[in-house]
Formats: sequence, C-alpha cells, structure tokens
Amino acid sequence: MTITDDTINYVAALAKLELSSEEKEKAKKDLSSILAYMETMNELNTDAIEPMSHVFPIRNVFREDEVTNHPNRDTLLSNAPDSKDGCFKVPKTVE
Amino acid sequence: MDLTKLTALELGKKIKDKEVSVIEATQALLEKIKQTDEDYHCYITVMEQEALARASEVQKQIDAGELSDSPLAGVPVAIKDNICTKGVKTTCASKILYNFNPPYNATVIEKLEKAGAVIIGKVNMDEFAMGSTTETSYFGVTKNPWNTAHVPGGSSGGAAAAVAAEEAFYSLGSDTGGSIRQPSSFCGVTGIKPTYGTVSRYGLVAYASSLDQIGPIARNVSDCAVVLDLISGHDTKDSTSVPRDNYQYTEALIDDVRGMKIGIPKGYLGAGLDKEVKSSILAAAKVLEEKGAVVEEFDLDAVDYAIPAYYVIASAEASSNLSRYDGIKYGYRTEDFDGLADVYKKSRSEGFGNEVKRRMMIGAFVLSSGYYDAYYNKSLKVKALIKEGFDKAFEKYDILLGPTAPSTAPKLGESLSDPLKMYLGDIYTVSVNLAGLPAISLPCGIDSKGLPIGLQLIGKHFGEKDIIRAAFSFEQSRDYKGPVNNA
Amino acid sequence: MKSYETVIGLEVHVELATQTKIFCGCTTQFGGEPNTHCCPVCTGMPGTLPVLNKRVVEFAMAAGLATNCKINQKCKFDRKNYFYPDLPKAYQVSQLYLPICHDGGIEIEVNGVKKVVGIHEIHMEEDAGKLIHDPWEDCTLVDYNRCGVPLIEIVSEPDMRSAEEVISYLEKLKLILQYLGVSDCKMQEGSLRADINLSIREVGAEKFGTRTEMKNMNSFKAIARAIEGERKRQIELIEDGKQVVQETRRWDDNKDTSFAMRSKEDAQDYRYFPEPDLVPIEISDEWLHDIRSRQPELRDEKMLRYETEYDIPEYDASIITSSKRLADIFEETVAICEKPKEVSNWLMVETMRLLKETEMEPENILFSAQNLARLIGLISDGKINRTVAKEVFERVFKENIDPEDYVKVNGLTMVNDEGALRTVIENIVAGNPASVSDYRSGKEKALGFLVGQTMKEMKGKADPGLINKILKELLS
Ligand SMILES: [Mg+2]
Ligand SMILES: [Zn+2]
Repeated sequence: MTITDDTINYVAALAKLELSSEEKEKAKKDLSSILAYMETMNELNTDAIEPMSHVFPIRNVFREDEVTNHPNRDTLLSNAPDSKDGCFKVPKTVE
Repeated sequence: MDLTKLTALELGKKIKDKEVSVIEATQALLEKIKQTDEDYHCYITVMEQEALARASEVQKQIDAGELSDSPLAGVPVAIKDNICTKGVKTTCASKILYNFNPPYNATVIEKLEKAGAVIIGKVNMDEFAMGSTTETSYFGVTKNPWNTAHVPGGSSGGAAAAVAAEEAFYSLGSDTGGSIRQPSSFCGVTGIKPTYGTVSRYGLVAYASSLDQIGPIARNVSDCAVVLDLISGHDTKDSTSVPRDNYQYTEALIDDVRGMKIGIPKGYLGAGLDKEVKSSILAAAKVLEEKGAVVEEFDLDAVDYAIPAYYVIASAEASSNLSRYDGIKYGYRTEDFDGLADVYKKSRSEGFGNEVKRRMMIGAFVLSSGYYDAYYNKSLKVKALIKEGFDKAFEKYDILLGPTAPSTAPKLGESLSDPLKMYLGDIYTVSVNLAGLPAISLPCGIDSKGLPIGLQLIGKHFGEKDIIRAAFSFEQSRDYKGPVNNA
Repeated sequence: MKSYETVIGLEVHVELATQTKIFCGCTTQFGGEPNTHCCPVCTGMPGTLPVLNKRVVEFAMAAGLATNCKINQKCKFDRKNYFYPDLPKAYQVSQLYLPICHDGGIEIEVNGVKKVVGIHEIHMEEDAGKLIHDPWEDCTLVDYNRCGVPLIEIVSEPDMRSAEEVISYLEKLKLILQYLGVSDCKMQEGSLRADINLSIREVGAEKFGTRTEMKNMNSFKAIARAIEGERKRQIELIEDGKQVVQETRRWDDNKDTSFAMRSKEDAQDYRYFPEPDLVPIEISDEWLHDIRSRQPELRDEKMLRYETEYDIPEYDASIITSSKRLADIFEETVAICEKPKEVSNWLMVETMRLLKETEMEPENILFSAQNLARLIGLISDGKINRTVAKEVFERVFKENIDPEDYVKVNGLTMVNDEGALRTVIENIVAGNPASVSDYRSGKEKALGFLVGQTMKEMKGKADPGLINKILKELLS
C-alpha cells in the first residue's frame, strides 16, 4: 500500500489533524511501511473465519431503567476551557 | 531501617503490627521520591499534601480496628496517569489533558481506597499508553533505574521504574499490548496483566477498549497477587467485566509445580530474540522442570500475525476513543482559533504527540470506507485464529512460557525514529491481549550490560492462579535484586 | 414538461419514554436547566463506560413487533464516528451491522387507497446534545441534557410518493408508538423527528434519481411544505438540464426553501465499527414471546372493541382512537361513570370544538377523566343543566378544575324548588300578556320566549323541563 498525498490529507481530515508538509512526508513514509507490514496478514487464509470483536461470549449486560445519578453541573463544567450560562461554549456552529 | 526497601506486604504487616505508622511510611516514600525522582522522573504528580492527609486518616481507621482484613492497609501506591483519580490531575501524559481533573474515581481507585491504600502520586507513561519506552510523554522521559541511559520500557514505564527505584511499594499500570509486562521486564520487577474482564476498566482512560486491562506492578509475585485480590472483581459499571466466583489469587502462592505442563512456543525462541535473553529464559524453564514441571516446545498457530492484527485493532479503537479530545469539554484548547473547525484541528494538532497522531491516522485509515474489510475485519478474523491457537495450546498445557521482550531495555532515543521497528518489539506480548489471556512478567536474570531480563508466563482464560503459582515457585529459586543504584 | 414521480423515504427518530438515558442513570426528563441532566458517562468524560438500559431494548422490540418487523435475535451496537460539538464522545453509539428490527411495514390509507409502506429497519441509538446560539457573543452554547436519551431510528423503504402519503405514514407510526407507550411522540419537543430522503424520476422510470436528505422536520405542516418545495427544486434542476447533488439540506420554513447544510470538503465517512465497550444482545424466544404477549391493544383492535362493547358508531370510535390520550380519557371516564355514549359525546363535540379553537393537539389535553366523570355526574344527578354544563366544561378543559367545587363555589346548582320556580313563572306570565295570548292562539314559539325569560330570571340555574311543565300548566 503506497500512501498518496490525497490519502494522507483524507485521513488527517478524518482525524481532525493539521499536518505540516514535513509531517505529511513522514506520515506518508511511516504509514506506507506500517500498512505494508499489516498486509502480511493476507498470507493467512481467513475465508471461513468469523470476525471476533469480543473475546468472551458474554451477552445481555443491562441496567434497570432507574434514575441513579445526582448531577453536579459545576464539576461537569469545571474542566471546560470555556463556558457560559451553564453551557460549554464553542465558536459559532454554521447552519 | 530504610522503609522504602520493604515489599508492600512486609510494610503492610509492620503497619498492622504498629511497628511503623502510615505517616512514617508515607513520609519515607515522599523523602525517597524527593531524593531520586529528579534522576528517574517516574512521577507526573506527587500528591504530597493529599497523601499525608490520607495517611493520618487511614491510621485512624487502623487504630479504630477497621481495615484489619486488608493486608495492604496504609501502604502507599503509585497510579499510572491514565487511571482517573477524583480531583487529582489525570493527564495520560498528554498535553491535551494537561489540566484534566476527573470528577470521579476509577473503580480500582475506589477499591484500593476501601482497602486503606494511600495514593502517593500519578506516574509517567507513554502518551495515552501508546509506546514502549515512556519517551513519548508530554511531561518528559522516565529513565531506567538500572541504567539511566536506558529506557524503562512502556507504556507503564513510570509505574515499573518507580517500583524498581523504590519510589513506590507497588503501582497500578495498564496493559493493552504489553504495557505492564514489558516495562516490568526492563525494570526487573513483576507485573501481571489479568484476563480481560477481571479488573474493571471503569475510569481507565481508554486506548483500545477491547484490549486494555489494569494490573499490578510490584517487587515480587506475592505483592502482585495480593494487589490483584484487591482490585479484581465484577463491576456493573463495566459491561465487559466478567463475573467470577473466586478472586482470591493469594491462594495460589504455593511453591509447587510438580506435574504442571508448560509449553514453550517455538516461535518465541526464534530469530530476533537476543541470545542472552534466550539462554536466561531456557534456564528459567530448566528451574521449573527441575521443580517437577513438564516442559516442552510446541508450535503456536497464527501467532506470527499478532502484531499486524494488534496494531490495526488498537489503532482503530484508539482513533475513535481519542476523538473526544477536541478542546471543548476538558483539556487543552488552542489559544488562537478562527471558528469551530480551527478549535478541533489546532487543539488536536498541538495537543497530541507524534506517535498518538500516527496511530489515530492508521486507525482512521483502516476503518475508512473501502478499507474496512481488508484491514479491520481481517484483523478481527486473525484475532479469532490467534485465540483458537491459544485454546488449542491450553488443551495440552497449563501455562505457556517465553520471554517478555526480545531484548533488554534499549538506550534512550534509539526506538522512536522507526515506529515499525518499535512495534516489532511487542512480538511476545500483543497476542496475549488479542486473546484476552492473563500473563505475568517476572525477573529471571541480568544480561552482560547489567540490565534485567523478564520471563513471561501466560495462562489460560482466568488461569491467573496457574501463572501465579509457577511464578511464585520460580521466584523461590532466586533473590530479588534491585538496581545497583539502590544497593 | 415531462411528468415526474416523487420518491420519498423517511428516517424517523423517536425518543423513547424511558425514565433514564440509554447508557447511564441520568433522567430523560424534557427541559431542565442546561447540563443538569448529565453525568460523566453521557458527557463522554475520559474513562467512562456505557451500560445498556434494558427497557430500551424492550421498547425497540415492541416497536418492531407492532410494525410487522422481524426481530434480529442477535444484535449489537456499533460506533458511528464524526466530530460535532453536540456529540461529546465524537462518536454516536448506534447499530449498523445488525439492527434490532428489519423488514417490516405498515399500511396507510390516502383518499381511500390503501398501501403498505415498507420498513427497512429499526435501530437503537443515543441522541445528541442541543446547540443554542448565543446572539450576544455570536457563539454557540452546548447543553448535553438530551445527550444519551434513547432513540429508535425507523428507516422506511422509499415507498412514498406524495406529501399526503408521508403524513399518513407518520400519523400511523406516531399512533402506534403512542399506543405502545414507547414514546410520547411530541414533535414540538423533538421526541419525533423526521429526515426526508427525496428524489425525482420520470414516471415509468425504474432507476431512482439522486436523492437529497432534509433533516429534522418537526411539524407535519413543515414536512408537507418541505416536500413540495424540494420536489419543485429538483424538477427545475432536471428540466434545466442540471444535476441533483446528493447532499443534506435544511428546510427553512420561513423562507419556504431548503439550503445545503454541510460543506462538501467535509468527508462523510463514519468509520463504523463494533462498539467494544458493549457486549452483544441475544434475545431469547422466551423474551420475545414475553414482549409480544405484553403488547397493548393497538388502534384497530380498540376501534372494533368500542363499536361492539360500547355501541359507539364507527366514525366516533375512529375519532376517539385517533389519539392515545383521547382513547385513554374515554376509557378511564367510562370506567368511572359507566356512560360510554355520554362520554363519547363530550369528547366528540365539546372537546373537539375547544381543541380546534385553541389549536391544541389531543395529546396535550389537560383535563382528567375524574373531572369529566364528575361533570357528567352533575348532569345526571340533575345538579346542573346542559347549558351550565357546557360553561363548566370550558373551565375543566382549560384548567382541569374540579366541576363539583366550581359549581358549588359559583352557586350554579339548579334550583329544584318547584314552589319558588312557580312564583317566578307566575310573575313572567303576568308581565308578558302579549306572549301569553300569542301562545293561547296557537303560536308555539311564544312558549320558547317565556321559557327563555324564566331562565334569564333564574340566571340559568333552572331545569328547562320543569319550567316547561309549570308554564304549560299555568297557560292551559
Ligand atoms: Mg441515526
Ligand atoms: Zn448521564
């Protein structure tokens, strides 16, 4: 897998990262070799294998529909870089 | 008497017997940290005031006859800085969380506090637990107490180095692809990565949710087992927590491996393994054999593909888990921005280090439309095969034995330039996380450079007791040896 | 101009009527001071983990069964990744690969023509927070109260061809969900929101045209106008030889037109993958059977029962069951006073009139069954007459007052003292000789005038039957 400029720009946009041109070059090189290495998995035939996202066959972990929280807005907002009127404050969202 | 030389259990006993007060122990440790942490930089936050206040509170509880069934009551502990501590900065060693004060405690913290633990501070790590050297921390590198020109390993480098440097009696680390075991190996201490689902992940800042586990790092197997007794257990706040009947790991501290069947995966002794490490591992196997275990080599299927599968899965989950750091709710926000898109891009670009950015981009790529099947889904299938390989092995063997890492601790600055090479160093550890197995790393020798070598024992699912028993038996054959500096 | 066909599919988001959010124990109550219905879990604090609310799964199953869906007895959650300030984790926990329900449909009827609108799937997911524009500082404020409120998203097949069909589908869906009790479906509070996927193709064409998506419509009127507006816009584009661009648009009801919402450089690549923090759901046959057996009576069954059990005309039954709230009041009131026809009358006539006058939805009816039953009791006990009763009902309707107290306090009780009434009537007869002689010479109308005069004198508090009886005696 060779990584093109377009691909790097695309993944950087998906990850919401801004890369300098040096960083882009380095990322292109690193990702190319890392992805090429990942492709060694293709040596393994997995046609008949079910993808496994959870190691254990645990099912149906639920909670009951009961209010258990006692919210504390001040603590919630205490880490916010900016807040106003009990809300997190962000630059204007378009639309 | 230098209290900091005691193991956690020894100190716990002295506190219980009123030979030592909790405050004395806490002060002794704080003093030690003041003396040596400038050299090693194990800590991001030392909680001097909080720890002293907490120490007198715990002492009162002990004096009131409470905590009598807790063997570690009053013993100070160091916590990896990706485990949330209420009101105490939890940074994940990242600029993006440089000022984050969690509004809640991780479940493991609640459990330790209930058992009378005194949290002494938050220890250094690779940024967001991504790395094998603790060099990617925003707060500076941690050095190996055995030789400060070398790395302590990672990502729980601060947690392992603090124990080795006698700046902590024990610590909690987290292990996603070897992050407890490898630094334990590099620092000559003992660490356990429990079976996935044994220790609650609630409050552990996620790197890769399907692989992360919290575990103990301590000076010996007994300390690790007793800490695991305290922190394990079913937690209704963690849906992936697995309810079990028995969490009494100290029951397995028995010096007896007669009849135990031990398999050594041939691939774990192959090319890439340092010669001195190899002979030390084989010598350890011999010790267990002499104690009555049956040891043989065998072929472990699919394990060669563990590293690519691991890095796909871990990066994918990380790219999603780390998207919440956007400069809006907590943590770092760029100073200078024009509009929302800027807040996102600049806060994240300035707030994350290179390795984290790299993994987020790999993660975004392997999940992106058109590539999901070839990379992510393929990895989930490889993971299934790896688990199957282990299942097969455990039909024959009680535990598996091998090295923790292919070499001893590399020099500072050697690893970061070639990420792929660094990833390959995780060859013996990541498969355990993919398969959700328990494993322990404990010291088994010292190489010609004077650096410790780690022995890894892998158990079947919930087979912690098997590896603890084997590790304990092996440990009886040698004395604990700390870094020369501490001698 | 060629003739075109409009092809419409809907994605309907419904907030479930659970007590707590989907993954944490925070309340789902509407409103509240900003960020007071929140905890570390629903605001995506580092290290927190979700635990699934069991009732969400049960509500989703109930909705699936009532819309003739198949239930995926093995289902799981996935993460949908995108950045937006209303989404604190930067991913929405939703279902892509194995949604809980699929392949269902409901029957609608427009102008006497019946058709089935297919339901592609129903999946469970979490709601996002609310963004408030702050005009003083020209910034946006984020309130996470709604973040994590459970939703089901009902995705229809592109089976609808007109605004009427869409409205009919939505009304039917809304009624089903309300009857199930899985949602209050209050559009103005956002608990039912529809995204409209619309494309145009020439009549007879097999291939679908390029569709646009209009987000978060929250009134039937807006939906009808948006469909008409977007249909025209797309036809004009095609007629001009231009392309319809696949995009998300926002309908502006004030400007009567839609606008493209997202800039095109913003990649729409949600990178779904299985949610590692939640374990899969396995619905046993027993569980499914249990949910099925607990399904409440839905509208069609209810209508039939009203006709047979209460002897209510089909038309009346259809009006009363057109709202869950109306049907509930009907049944509760009948249970108290055992006068189904009387109750039906109050709902069909006075309630409907007042709803229309006040432009209110039946769901928002204030008055209780107890108070309607009390009013009906006052009439049947002869305590008030119907004219007074109508006045009292207006107060019951508007403020849910207790009619018994109200009648007592305001002295509206009918005067049943025949002697006193007779005296009043004697005076009226004496004071209106012209009307008396008119009546005696055969003009029946004159009697009405005399009754009216008496009622006026009695301030409305007399039994009209009794007045008639006494008058006729005196005049004969
Ligand atoms: Mg959706
Ligand atoms: Zn919450």
